[in-house]
Amino acid sequence: MSAMPSIVSRTVVLPAANIDTDQIFPARFLTATGREGHGDALFADWRLDAAGRQRPDFPLNAPEARGAEILVTGHNFGGGSSREHAAWALRDFGIRAVISDSIADIFFSNALKNGLVPVRIDAPTHAWLLANSGAVVEIDVAKSEVVLPDGRRSTFPLDPFARYCLVQGIDELGYLLERLPEIEAWEGARTR
Amino acid sequence: MFEKIWRAHEVVPETAEAPAVLYIDLHLTHEVTSPQAFTALRERGIRVLRPERTLATLDHATPTDSRQVFGGVPIRIESAARQIAELERNAADFGVELLGLRSGRRGIVHVIGPELGLTQPGMTIVCGDSHTSTHGAFGTLAFGIGTTEVGHVLATQCVLQRKPRILEIKIGGRLRAGITAKDLVLALIGRLGVAGGAGQVIEYRGEAISALSMDERMTVCNMSIEAGARAGMIAPDEVTFEYLRGRPHAPTGADWDRALEAWRELPGDADAVFDREFAFDAATVEPMISYGTNPGMVMPVGGRIPERDEESFLKALRYMGFEPGEAMAGKAVNVVFIGSCTNARLSDLRAAAAVMRGRRVAQGVRMLVVPGSQQVKQAAEAERLHEVFVAAGAEWRESGCSMCVGINGDTAGVGQYVVSTSNRNFEGRQGQGARTLLASPATAAAAAITGRVTDPREFAR
Repeated sequence: MSAMPSIVSRTVVLPAANIDTDQIFPARFLTATGREGHGDALFADWRLDAAGRQRPDFPLNAPEARGAEILVTGHNFGGGSSREHAAWALRDFGIRAVISDSIADIFFSNALKNGLVPVRIDAPTHAWLLANSGAVVEIDVAKSEVVLPDGRRSTFPLDPFARYCLVQGIDELGYLLERLPEIEAWEGARTR
Repeated sequence: MFEKIWRAHEVVPETAEAPAVLYIDLHLTHEVTSPQAFTALRERGIRVLRPERTLATLDHATPTDSRQVFGGVPIRIESAARQIAELERNAADFGVELLGLRSGRRGIVHVIGPELGLTQPGMTIVCGDSHTSTHGAFGTLAFGIGTTEVGHVLATQCVLQRKPRILEIKIGGRLRAGITAKDLVLALIGRLGVAGGAGQVIEYRGEAISALSMDERMTVCNMSIEAGARAGMIAPDEVTFEYLRGRPHAPTGADWDRALEAWRELPGDADAVFDREFAFDAATVEPMISYGTNPGMVMPVGGRIPERDEESFLKALRYMGFEPGEAMAGKAVNVVFIGSCTNARLSDLRAAAAVMRGRRVAQGVRMLVVPGSQQVKQAAEAERLHEVFVAAGAEWRESGCSMCVGINGDTAGVGQYVVSTSNRNFEGRQGQGARTLLASPATAAAAAITGRVTDPREFAR
């Protein structure tokens, strides 16, 4: 995972509420055994028609959405299944941050482990972002702030450990492996 | 109870700077969310730290067609066959026990854990599956994780976790005759909303919960995730202990007595403090059915679809082909699915069979009955329940997740209505364009007979 101090990008808005992980990554693609190349399946049933052609009315297919790295969605994004493929597919498609007023717990955790910044933002900023698709927004990960085009800043909650891992590009497994002596000592103490 | 379990598993307590290192007693895994985790271990040259604490099974992408499981017919979906082969190889290479395709103990991961007595009070349990919340019915802290975390558990037997908040849901009163735990939990999610439990672990308490069997408690805890909660928990009691006694992995002899003593200490003090409380009356619950595209969009079978002028609500109804204000009873259905980790245990099959006995599946309706495990299947056959389903014209299949998630080829067609005992009615969940109506086994069975959404109490005998 590479280090990520901040993201500056145009946004693309999916206004629907309660977008679940089955929409982000439909189940029929779950028989894959790798982590790569899942962008093609992203929102497959909303983005593509039965013949596999792009639906012109889907926001991610709009010409102005090309290259957008920040996805803004309606209330409660990422509920349902624990499939990490949802985070992999968003990253593979080129999305580096998701902003909503509420993001489901397992998806939130999966996003952090893949360099995808999950931003739970206050209601007024969320409403502004929903109404202004295509705005150029900065996400300052190190400060946990969203910066709107007029310079307004809104902080968002991000665990200091998660922020540190994101900013430094550190992988949590490495951190846990360093704890192995403590883990094994703890196991020993428990069985005695 | 939560606090006691959490503290007993903190290898490194959480601080402002870092989450807790939480020890995991039991890790369950399956073919769909594990391959990338094993690959990560292989790439880094890491072994599985405690292979005896991981159990693998095949359920999500696994066929439920007997010929593909036992008859030597190749697995129809090649990518599923490859995924199954990969878990077989990973289990062998890393020394993890796998209940393989033809094992008599194989089944849906959340059905077999309790059934084998692996799920025990006071444990921490994780699985790369959101419905891991099911195991909370035994007074365990059990939650779903992503594939990266599956790798963490394999490598270190631990996960990094912040302590969640606790939501106490106190359910008073008693369910009336003909009303099931599924109706109760659907009604509850309707009240809480699909994000109502976010960031929280639900602790269910109250007279209505104590009165439930273990199968019913599992149905309730299973769907905690559908309210957005990480986990659901119910304090263990005599019902829990009776369920566990004599199970293959349950302690025996003096170990059983010691375990029982520890388990009895688990329930919280009467004055435990919760972050949030919510009260609910079980006596008001009706047979429930979903009408929209998330499990919070539910209503009594005899009621009318609410009228709301909100784009996401209307979008859901357009997908379902319903209008605000319409009655649900009498709506035509195409497929009925009895199965899933929510409702495919023996008592669920008995409830469906009680409605079906001596009756036929309506003309043009396809009905699948998919036991939660091979042991459930065997037990149902010993009671000759399968004969009831087969005589009615239903398909009696091998165990697996099947049409709950539709990965293995068990899917419904575009626009078809499926009355399903599973847990999610998301768009396309049971096949591209398929429309799911979540309900109890009795309500599903009643729909199979009439070919329409029906109050199951019409068939009470």
